[in-house]
Amino acid sequence: MRATVLVRPKQGILDPQGQAVESSLRQLGFSVGDARVGRVVDLEVESPDAGTARAEVERMCEQLLANPLIESYEIELVEDEG
Amino acid sequence: MTSPQPRIGVLRFPGACDDRDALWALGALDAEAVFVWHTETALPDLDAVVLPGGFSYGDYLRCGAIARFAPAMAAVSEFVAGGGLVLGICNGFQILCEAGLLPGVLRRNESLSFVCCDVPIVVERADTPFTTRCVDGDHLTIPVKHGEGCWYADDALYDELVSRRQVVLRYTEPVNGSRNDVAGVVNEHGNVMGLMPHPEHAVDPLLGSADGALILSSLVESARERALAAV
Repeated sequence: MRATVLVRPKQGILDPQGQAVESSLRQLGFSVGDARVGRVVDLEVESPDAGTARAEVERMCEQLLANPLIESYEIELVEDEG
Repeated sequence: MTSPQPRIGVLRFPGACDDRDALWALGALDAEAVFVWHTETALPDLDAVVLPGGFSYGDYLRCGAIARFAPAMAAVSEFVAGGGLVLGICNGFQILCEAGLLPGVLRRNESLSFVCCDVPIVVERADTPFTTRCVDGDHLTIPVKHGEGCWYADDALYDELVSRRQVVLRYTEPVNGSRNDVAGVVNEHGNVMGLMPHPEHAVDPLLGSADGALILSSLVESARERALAAV
């Protein structure tokens, strides 16, 4: 099973990278606001079913992939084809 | 009575770069400093541990996030639980925060720029094992060199830390966007401290400041007292 983990700076946390990206985009003429920069982790998870896989990836997020003080995460699962 | 040299371990992670400076500085301040490789599952007989600066594991994922799972870090956690003295400098501070041994987290500098300069800091507490050679309100000049030194804690955590007097060092001017200019904190029991400035780069006046020696010699002295008490 493929898992995609999206890690974002938590709401309310200052995100200087997002601000820098936003100001660059504005300089390019795009009218954008509230840009936030996070991280994507793609994984192959060996699990019998989606529920087990999700629980496993959640543990990964809590232990390593995200720092709960400053980051939130979201997990997307895609069943392997065939 | 002879005064034995305390034995202080300097942890070495792949990607560390200030390990030799830390070893040299501790030796210059009359400690017996020894390297401890990150794969060690047990610490040798030590009176204190220093986690030096650098870029352990390339700072991949988040600075300190990978190093905290090194086998030697499990041994350091045990050492801390037993009351052992641990000082984390720069990357060492980041690792201790990621490991949950110190409060807060170090984030990318607010400016997104790497800062490398001498900075003024003030000692808020001289009653920790890491600041006994200082007095409250002492102003020190110690260099920083980091891209991710912006210490962060949310309101509730910060208020808790202030009420427990866990903030030991503050910058006297903004350096990296750290919350309330925090430069160094201790854990609740006061046996673990982390700071972003590099005291090991400031132990000889030839290099511009010897103020870092006040921090490191405090540690050496506290470690010596513990070594004597254990005899």
